[in-house]
Amino acid sequence: MGDLVSNLSLGFGVALSFQNLGLAFLGCLVGTLIGVLPGVGPIATIAMLLPITFGLDPVGALIMLAGIYYGAQYGGSTTAILVNIPGEATSVVTTLDGHQMARQGRAGIALGIAAIGSFFAGTVATVVIAALGAPLTSLALIFGPAEYFSLMVMGLVFAVVLARGSILKAIAMILVGVLLSTVGLDLETGEERMTLGLPFLIDGIDFAVLAMGVFGIAEILRNLDHTETRDVVRQAIGRLLPNREDFRQSYKPVLRGTFIGAILGILPGNGAVLGPFASYTIEKKLAKDPSRFGRGAIEGVAGPESANNAGAQTSFIPLLTLGIPPNAVMALMVGAMTIHGIVPGPQVMTRNPELFWGMIASMWVGNLMLLVINLPMVGMWVRLLKVPYHLMFPAILMFCCIGIYSINSLPTDVMFIGFFGIVGYLLIKFGFEPAPMLLGFVLGKLLEENLRRALILSRGSLETFIDRPVSGVLLLVAVVLLVVALLPSIRKGRDEVFTE
Amino acid sequence: MKKIALTLAAGLALAATGAQAQGNYPQRPITMIVPFAAGGPTDVIARIVGDHMSRTLGQQIVIENVAGAGGTTGITRGAQSQPDGYTIMMGHMGTHGAAPALYPNLKYDPAKDFAPIGLAAGTPIVIVAKKDFPANDLKGFLDYMKANADKVNMAHAGVGSVSHSTGIFFNSVVKVKPTMVAYRGTGPALNDLMANTVDYMTDQIVNVAPQILGGNIKAYAIATPERSPALPNVPTTKEAGLPDYEVSAWNAVFAPKGTPPEIVAKLNDALVKSLDDENTRKRLLDLGGVIPSKEERTPAALQKLVESEVARWTPVLKAAGASAE
Repeated sequence: MGDLVSNLSLGFGVALSFQNLGLAFLGCLVGTLIGVLPGVGPIATIAMLLPITFGLDPVGALIMLAGIYYGAQYGGSTTAILVNIPGEATSVVTTLDGHQMARQGRAGIALGIAAIGSFFAGTVATVVIAALGAPLTSLALIFGPAEYFSLMVMGLVFAVVLARGSILKAIAMILVGVLLSTVGLDLETGEERMTLGLPFLIDGIDFAVLAMGVFGIAEILRNLDHTETRDVVRQAIGRLLPNREDFRQSYKPVLRGTFIGAILGILPGNGAVLGPFASYTIEKKLAKDPSRFGRGAIEGVAGPESANNAGAQTSFIPLLTLGIPPNAVMALMVGAMTIHGIVPGPQVMTRNPELFWGMIASMWVGNLMLLVINLPMVGMWVRLLKVPYHLMFPAILMFCCIGIYSINSLPTDVMFIGFFGIVGYLLIKFGFEPAPMLLGFVLGKLLEENLRRALILSRGSLETFIDRPVSGVLLLVAVVLLVVALLPSIRKGRDEVFTE
Repeated sequence: MKKIALTLAAGLALAATGAQAQGNYPQRPITMIVPFAAGGPTDVIARIVGDHMSRTLGQQIVIENVAGAGGTTGITRGAQSQPDGYTIMMGHMGTHGAAPALYPNLKYDPAKDFAPIGLAAGTPIVIVAKKDFPANDLKGFLDYMKANADKVNMAHAGVGSVSHSTGIFFNSVVKVKPTMVAYRGTGPALNDLMANTVDYMTDQIVNVAPQILGGNIKAYAIATPERSPALPNVPTTKEAGLPDYEVSAWNAVFAPKGTPPEIVAKLNDALVKSLDDENTRKRLLDLGGVIPSKEERTPAALQKLVESEVARWTPVLKAAGASAE
């Protein structure tokens, strides 16, 4: 304990220096801005800004880059709520109720609760990293391919629960998502699958392309369909910040979301994406009136947003303690560290304590700054909704195109968001939800790869999934969840049959 | 007659501006395509070397990451770009050695479609195993593998990755056929190696050195003629009794075919200067990189290296049935 205090005071000593405070602020500000611009993700931004950090000392450079990362997570929720475009896989869930709240004139409250929930989650996650970072590392090592597969199965069950309308349609969409995720080179054999001989499909479909198409572009098409609803949003801005009743409804979801997000964030291979989905599912199951979800329930924003931010922070644990990046942004941080002459790995903690603890302390500082930057801006963001739509949609469209091009510099990606936009529009018209498809897409790849990996390692024996305790428990939970989720709808289905 | 004179004059004027443009090269920022995601070993080397080259050339070198298909997407784009010296690329062992064997529909020929600039840095390959592996040296490791051939698992970071090609090469040299387990990138593969889920892999020193020093995995040998200062306790393959396995993931700068020789010379000069710079050298050495000697840095030497690497990898990978299409 004494160690923790002295370590943290070392960390705050580093993080609170004038220069590092400025860099943290700059990072958070840039991060928020790029998060708000649809499509321009943290990966592209950090890559673009890497050369600028050459002149800085390593601690300052990493503090700034980390600020961009969690700033973008924050900003991503803003676009999810205001214009229904999830910037990251983790903000897909926020679109479900967040954007509905905005349509009902409660955009300010949605943004406010997202910011406050995220700040709370960030604070808790910082303490978790500082106190338990090293011991929690072993959690990353418990998760082998079999455990991962079972976790993903559980995740897919969550996706079923996410559905607003027909369960059958939701399952169909999940399967379409899983199918889309199998496009590209087969990981084990290197064979091309479903690429239609097109070279740009060799690496599969990019998540950002799919998300921006079926959410962003499709949303624009739908809005152009009937402009009246947009006017409603414009007139009714309503209160800007959450009131007592909102807090009463959200504090429990925030606590639960923080807990779930923090744990899933530590897992390797982008386990953090599951956090918001898991949180949403739990809130929907616990709610007295689950039908409110998908129609602007504040719990559906508070929980997932907290989970999202907690996960974003704890995903630094494998990076800082093991030197192993759990996702693409963290891989970029590894590169940034090596460019600055710090070899990430287990020895960073002892060899560069000022970097290690300085970064941890700066996370909390960064979260505070984000709150300070974001709360006053809520009013400004909400006013954006007042911009006439015929001016706003070309801007959104343009930023989507620039953003998607900045990720891989591929013109085909830009054309693909157009294609998926039309697909997404048709799906909405036929009453299919795009969110379960996106989750199926994100989990599909992990699901397939880990299934095959586990089977290769067990030489084809399926028992490996049940023999391994963690994997067995996860599968059991998945089965129970599925039964609970399906039972009422089967019953309801029967009722409908009888009434007809 | 007048027309001809005019055309001639115009032609001359054009030629003159052309020559002038070359003389003043570079007049605007240069794009260096890195065919991998930002943050990986090739990207880091490109940024370190590019930073110093920018200062010599007086123009910024902008790194553009065009990842995909084992690096061949970015290199294809680079090969097809204008040969005016404003688009160059950082190729490596995979894109200019292993790719022809892995991608039968490859749109470029590593030996014919480029104007080589020079070798930038090599990153040695290390043979590593999980820390519980029941062998303490390379010989014990090989003996165990031969006795338990059906039980051993080798991890790699995906078809077309350095760990995949060098791992197949290793298996063919020591004549074992382990079960291959593919991962998406080095990170997840290392994670499972540290968790004792898989048995061994071969990968670039940059990726594995921290875990070796941290005691999370074992290193049996480094596949270079000399030991690395980053891992002084790890014997070379020659010392450990496996001289046939010598391999390093080299990274080199290329321009598209047809780039004027003056521009190639200028770029080569900037590259050579960056490799002589104390600060750049230190950063590369910290990564465990090997800095090429003066003779290895010439365009001619790089051309020879590419030809010999294609000749070396093609039979090894074809024999293993590896293909990315």
